[in-house]
This record gives sequence, C-alpha cells and structure tokens, in this order.
Amino acid sequence: MPEVPTSPSVAMSNPLLTENSKSFSVKSDWAHWSVLYGASGLFALICAVFLISIIVSSIPAWHHSGLSIIYGRVWSQGSNSFGALPIIAGTLATTAIALFFAIPIGIGSALAIVHVVPGRLRVFLSSLVELLAAVPSVVYGLWGLLVLAPWFEHTVEPDLANITGHRFPFQAPPEGVSLLLAGCVLFIMILPMIVALSRDAISIVAHDQFEGALSVGATKWQVIRKVVLPGARNGIVGAVTLATARALGETVAVAMVIGLNPLFPPSLFATASTLASTIALQFQDATPLQVAALGALALILMTMTAVVNWFGRRLVRGLAFRVGVI
Amino acid sequence: MTERSTMVTVSAEVAGQEGDPRSGQISMRCDDVAVKFNGRTAIRDVNFDIPKNKVTALIGPSGSGKTTLLRAMNRLHDLTKGAVVSGSIRLGDTDIYKGGIPATLLRTRVGMVFQRPNPFPTMSIYDNVVSGLRFNGIRNRAVLQEAAESALIAAALWDSVSNRMKAHASTLSGGEQQRLCIARALAVEPEVLLMDEPTSSLDPISMRLIEELLDELKSRVTIIIVTHNMQQAARVSDLCAFFLMGNDRAGEQIEVAPTKKLFSEPDDPRTLDYIQGRFG
Amino acid sequence: MTTGVIEGLPPDPILERREMVQRVARKTLDRRILVSKGMIGLCGIALLVGLVPLFAILYSLVAKGVHWWSLDFFTKTPQFPSLLDPNQIGGISNAIVGSLVIDGIAALFAIPIGIVAGLFLAESTSKFASLLRTTAEIMTGLPSILLGIFAYQMIVIGFDQWGIKLPGIGFSGIAGSFAIGILMIPIIMKASETALRGVPNTIREAGLALGARRGVVARRVIIPTAAPGLITAVLLAFSRAVGETAPILWVIGASTVVAWNPKKEMASMPLQIFQSATSPYVSLREEAWGIALLLVVVVLIVNLGSRLFAAWLQRERR
Repeated sequence: MPEVPTSPSVAMSNPLLTENSKSFSVKSDWAHWSVLYGASGLFALICAVFLISIIVSSIPAWHHSGLSIIYGRVWSQGSNSFGALPIIAGTLATTAIALFFAIPIGIGSALAIVHVVPGRLRVFLSSLVELLAAVPSVVYGLWGLLVLAPWFEHTVEPDLANITGHRFPFQAPPEGVSLLLAGCVLFIMILPMIVALSRDAISIVAHDQFEGALSVGATKWQVIRKVVLPGARNGIVGAVTLATARALGETVAVAMVIGLNPLFPPSLFATASTLASTIALQFQDATPLQVAALGALALILMTMTAVVNWFGRRLVRGLAFRVGVI
Repeated sequence: MTERSTMVTVSAEVAGQEGDPRSGQISMRCDDVAVKFNGRTAIRDVNFDIPKNKVTALIGPSGSGKTTLLRAMNRLHDLTKGAVVSGSIRLGDTDIYKGGIPATLLRTRVGMVFQRPNPFPTMSIYDNVVSGLRFNGIRNRAVLQEAAESALIAAALWDSVSNRMKAHASTLSGGEQQRLCIARALAVEPEVLLMDEPTSSLDPISMRLIEELLDELKSRVTIIIVTHNMQQAARVSDLCAFFLMGNDRAGEQIEVAPTKKLFSEPDDPRTLDYIQGRFG
Repeated sequence: MTTGVIEGLPPDPILERREMVQRVARKTLDRRILVSKGMIGLCGIALLVGLVPLFAILYSLVAKGVHWWSLDFFTKTPQFPSLLDPNQIGGISNAIVGSLVIDGIAALFAIPIGIVAGLFLAESTSKFASLLRTTAEIMTGLPSILLGIFAYQMIVIGFDQWGIKLPGIGFSGIAGSFAIGILMIPIIMKASETALRGVPNTIREAGLALGARRGVVARRVIIPTAAPGLITAVLLAFSRAVGETAPILWVIGASTVVAWNPKKEMASMPLQIFQSATSPYVSLREEAWGIALLLVVVVLIVNLGSRLFAAWLQRERR
C-alpha cells in the first residue's frame, strides 16, 4: 500500500499519459532535462563566477605583498602592510575557545536530552534547540555587546585575573570587549547546532542495542560510553566539524564583541580580530589595494571553511539535512 | 493455522520427557505478577514456577502480554516511565523487585536475547562476546579469552568465527548475529536466559540451528522463551505457559502445563481453541 | 547462591566462572553505579549550563525589546538623536520595508532555481550532479560575508575585466537581494533534494510505467507529493535569509527613508540592529532590542510556522 496517496494528480493526468504512452523514453524528455540542467548550470555558473571574483579581487594584494600576507605579523591599513598572521591566530583562538566550551556542554546536553529527560520535556527541548539555532547571529552579537560585555568587564574578567594571579593568559586590564568574550559569544551561537546534530546522531543508535548492553549488566553510563557514543561517533564529530566551520566564518556577532585589533592578543582579556570581522569592518572605507588585501583574507577564510565544512559534511551525510541548523 | 492432527504429531516428538518438569528444582517463581503501563494493565494474575535447567515457553496471541512478562523478569521495564510491576518475581530466594538485588546485578544473573539480533556494530566479534564481562569489571585477559571460547562453543559459533575474532560483528549473517547475541548473554554465565522470539527474524535453517542449541544449553542455564510459533514451543520446551488477552485487553495466564500435556489434553477449552488455530 | 560442586568430582568451570562473575560484579557495582550517576548528572548539568545563556538571550530580548513596540516604532522613519534630544529616534519602517523588498526579490529568483536544481540532484545520477551537490553543501557552509564581497564587486561597483563590462548599480536593494538570493539557493537545493528523494520510488515508477515522460511525472506527481517538504525547505531558507547581516553589510547603503525601489539605497532590519547596537547613542543602542525582538519573532514564526504547516498538510492528505 502506498503511504502517500497521489490519486488526484495521477487521475487528472491519466488521459495525457495514455496519449503519450507510445513515445515513452527518457531521451524524448529533453525539455525536462534542459530545464533541470538550465537551473543547475546557472547555479554552477554563479558559484564559478563567485570563486573567480574572490580570487581575482585578491590578485593585487598578492602582487603587493606576496605570501607574507599569510605569515606577516603586521596588519596596518594605513601603511599598506598586510600581514594576516595575527588575524588568523585570532580566528583560530576564538574558535578554539568556543569549541572548548561547546564540545563538552553540547555533547553532554545532547546525551541528557536523549537519555535523561522525560519524554515531553525531550520534545520541548529538542524544538527549543532547533529554534535557537535559527536565531540570527546579529542578535547573539547584540546580546554579547550590551549584556555580556559589561558583565565580563566588571565581574568575570577581574575575578578570573584575581583567581589565577594575573598569570598568562589571564593578565592585562579587563576590557569587556575581548578575545574571551568573542569566544564565549561564538560558543553560545554554535551550541544549539552541536546539540541538535549530535542529538540526531545519538538518537539513531538503536534502542535495542541499548537494551542489549543493559541485559548483560552494564550501567546506564557504561551503555552510553561503550555503545551509544561509539555508534554516534561520526555524527558527533561531523556536528563539531560543521560548528567549527561556522565559528571560523562567523562575522557580525564577532565583529561586535572583539574590538577589532589586528595584533597578537597578549591575553584572553585583550581585543583581537578575526578574518571575517576584519573584512566586515574595514571593507567600506578601503582603498583599491586594501580591498584586494581584504579579498586575500576572504580567500584564506574561504579555503579554511570550505575544507573544514567538506570534511564535516562527509561525516554527517547519513543524517538528514537540517535547514536552519546547518 | 494448523490442524489438530499436526499438533499431535508434533507433540509426539517431545514424548521423551518423563513426568512433570516442575518436580525438580525451581529457578524463578511468579506470584500474582501484574505489569501496568500508566495505569493500563498489560498482564496480570501470573502465578507459576519456572523449573531449573528446563525450557519454559510462553505462548499466546499478540497482546497477551508474554513479552511484557518476560521483560519484567530482568527489570527492563525500569527504563520505561510509567511502568509498574506488582506482585513478586523471585529468583531463587531473592525478590527481584523488592530491594533484593540491584537491577544491574540481576541482569548478569538473568540474561536476555532479543527478537532482532542486536550485536554492538562498533565492536569486534570478540569484544561483543566479552562485553558483559568487561562491563562487570572483569579485565583479566585469560579469563576473558576462556569465557569467550566457552560461550561461542556453547552458541555453536566457535567453528565459524574462531579465526576472525577481530572482525566486525556486522560482517556476520543474521543467524550468526543472533547466535553471537546468545554467546554474549552466556559469557557472563547467567542462571536464567530470557529469549524474546529469538528466531522470528531468521530464516528456517538458522531457526532450526538455534532450536537445536536450546536443548544443549539447558544443562547450563534455565531458559524462558517467548514464541509465536507453536510448533517451536512444542519442539523445544518442557513446560508451557499459555496467555490470552482478557476482555479488558489485559493479558492473563490461562494454563501452565508440561508441554506434552498442554498440546495433547489441555485443561482449559480456550487453550484447545488456540492450539487448534481457532483464534490468534 | 548454589555452589553445586559435589565432593570428589572435578569443579565445573561454568559454575566457577558464574561465581567469579558474580563476585567481581558485586565488588565493582557500587563504583560503577556511582560513576554512572555522576556522569549522567554531569550531562544534566551540561544541559542546564547550556540552557542558561540561551534563556538569558530570550529573556533580554523580551524584557528590553517589547516596550519599544508601538505604532510609531513600526510606521515612522528614524530620526537622528541630537545632544539636545537624545531620545528622538523615530521608528524603523524603512528597515521593515527594506527587509521585505530585499528578501522578497531574493526569494523570487532563489526559489525556482533552488527547487529545480534540487530536482536535478534528486533525479540525476551523473558526475555533474554529485559535483553540484558537493558544491551546494560547501556553499551553505561558507561565511556569508564572502557573498557580501561578491555582491559588492558584481553589483555595486560592476564588473570590468578582460573586456567584459557590466555597469555597477551602486548601493542598492538589488545588491542585497543578489547576495541573499545566492545564499538561499544551495539551502533550498539541498533541502528540496531531501524532500524529493522522500517520494517513494513506487510512485515515480507507477507514473513512468503508465508511459508518462519524466517531466510530466515530476510536475504532476513528484513535486505535488513532496510539496510539504518543499514548503518547509523554502520557508526555513527564508527564515535564515531574513536574519543575515554580513552579506548586506556594505551593499545596500542603509537609507533612512522608506524606499520601495530596489535600485535605490535601502535599509534592513538586521543591518539596523548592527548599526544601532554599535552607535554612540544610548537610546539607539537600546532601540536595537526592539528591532531584534521583531526580527527574532519573524524568524521564529516563519520557522515554526513552516514546520506546523508541513505537518498539517501531511495530515490533511492522509
């Protein structure tokens, strides 16, 4: 029995079908395929032009600075010095801070949602997490700037400095807007994504395997540790990888809370910069050469996120594509 | 589904048994057992003894609560919110629900094999077999090795897997996977093995293999098997418990008797109706 | 426990092992249960810790945003606060109209391209299809700021290389639509592919066996059957696009008057949040909460609505 009835449309088209039945062959359907190829080709063309445009726009910068764009240590728009190493470092550092919090809390939450909280709450939390994954990043940035930044400046950062005795990387005056704040805002942003995707991966580990482990005397945690997590491993690693790509490329939320300072941050409490936030905030008033340098940053950013993202997709391929989450 | 004449022939096959299987030692005992889910009774009024080192079959149509009762015997309902088991189920002298034994420990003494083979797909064959021992804190390699071999031999799987113990469990066929699950359950040396329609997802040859296995396993463990297949119950079991769904849609125990008697001259007319295929 | 060992006979290895397993299991039980409870407790704590900031954001949005909502807020254009009158900030009608026009035009060209290309991914097994699928997947994960650069280069300043000359339009709503639309296409593609693949093959083959051409089967059978999934795909892609700030950051010009003409400079809600939040005026910064609440409400309604609608449509058809 077919699950989805299609009777109205099939019935309507029946006369037409009999008429054309003699000419049935896939080849004869060039009109159908040409529409399909047309749309797909258009999208492919857009992607190709996009890629070329980013590469071409960066060429003057590579002419000007060569590979020192990647390893140079001084980024100064004013003196046309384009060394993006501190910016790349800032990008990696904010992402690392975000993952440091998001991995344990995200996976822990996903496990709790699937295996700890009771049924109704589970449904509620699952949909809540998916809705939060859809909240625009500018809203996370707004909250980070207006709520979190003052709290970090007056409470979190001074306290952390005192507890750790102002040792690296917790020294220097608390500024609120900082590397640490940017990392934390990113953490809150990618958390729903990690939870939603790992929850999928964890819940497809079959219940009968769970019972199988219990019935030879495993405790609940032993089942999770030895059966559920290994079974969900690909999905979880994929979730974390996709979240990493998102954190590396997040623009507006980070631009609002990082202070845009293209230096190696001496401390977690210092301002810093990331690739995406530098592009966002310096593009508008840039000279043609500076635009090219930002194009080079864009190319670096694109390469980084594309590689990470491609890797992550391969791992979550078994799971349903989740719009609004990834 | 079957005519009476076949039933009689089948039951003649098990005529080798002598006397009532309940005359020996008792392994488990159910007194007034009932299981409710959120107030709705799934099975009630269960009263019978399970003889040690015999095969006891639970039979009856769908909805008669056989599987529910089986799962109550190693406290798998603990996981289900709203499930309440009342009455008493005893293993030896221990009431398994009234604080007598933690569920985790109980499950090492009462193992279970499920309807569909459920080996752990991320583990090798060897790791699957010894997983129960490892969960319970046994680390000694020699002990694990010896237990794995013994369990695999008992499950008639040793010959085909002894040279590929590191292979993934998912490389085995369905019947082999189910025997792997039996080996996994046997490796912790339970006193009772619960089997929930263990052959229903298997082909006839694999089914026959597992049925033959049960006869040999009897000396090692007490077996309680739920089955839809009455010929299977007649072939493998010593004692048979028949359940039916009552008017209130709750399962209840109709008759418990030595298999031979149940299939040839049951006391209750409803049992006769069922084995003659009048309903179910 | 019965030992079962009878004097004079060799010990039964099975009974010995049973006793050993029970002994070790009992000995390690307390520790195992403690670890289990502890780790599961930690998972619960992780969930609580994760929920705190998420609830805090929702709370801030409502607490700080809702009192901005008034008729003026939705219908007036922004007034610039002065030192004399720092609370004179007007409304955000320009941003609401801007978002509507920009995202509307984007959807207009992204939806057909996305769905048809999605159908291609679902129907074709060619090399090109799998290459296109990978491309779409990578595109959905690229930082959206890159599309801002693209739109700036192509639409705002125009293209002038290798003898090809496309005049730029300048800062305009169209430039924003271009970036947002390109952002939506791969999302719609991938999601519609999933929805279209969900149509049982039996239905597809039934159509083909009747002698219908692939195009007819697709139009009359597959797309109608997959409609709930396609609608969800489109709406979810739209809800994502509405909130995007980075691609339009410096391509739409941020006008302060209501503009319906997409070739002119425009405003947009997410951009307005960004600009207000980083402005030196306290009143503007606070007003950003009002816009943010509106944006989140719109996104959540579209998001939730699409799921409910798809579920309802699915039920109706049964």
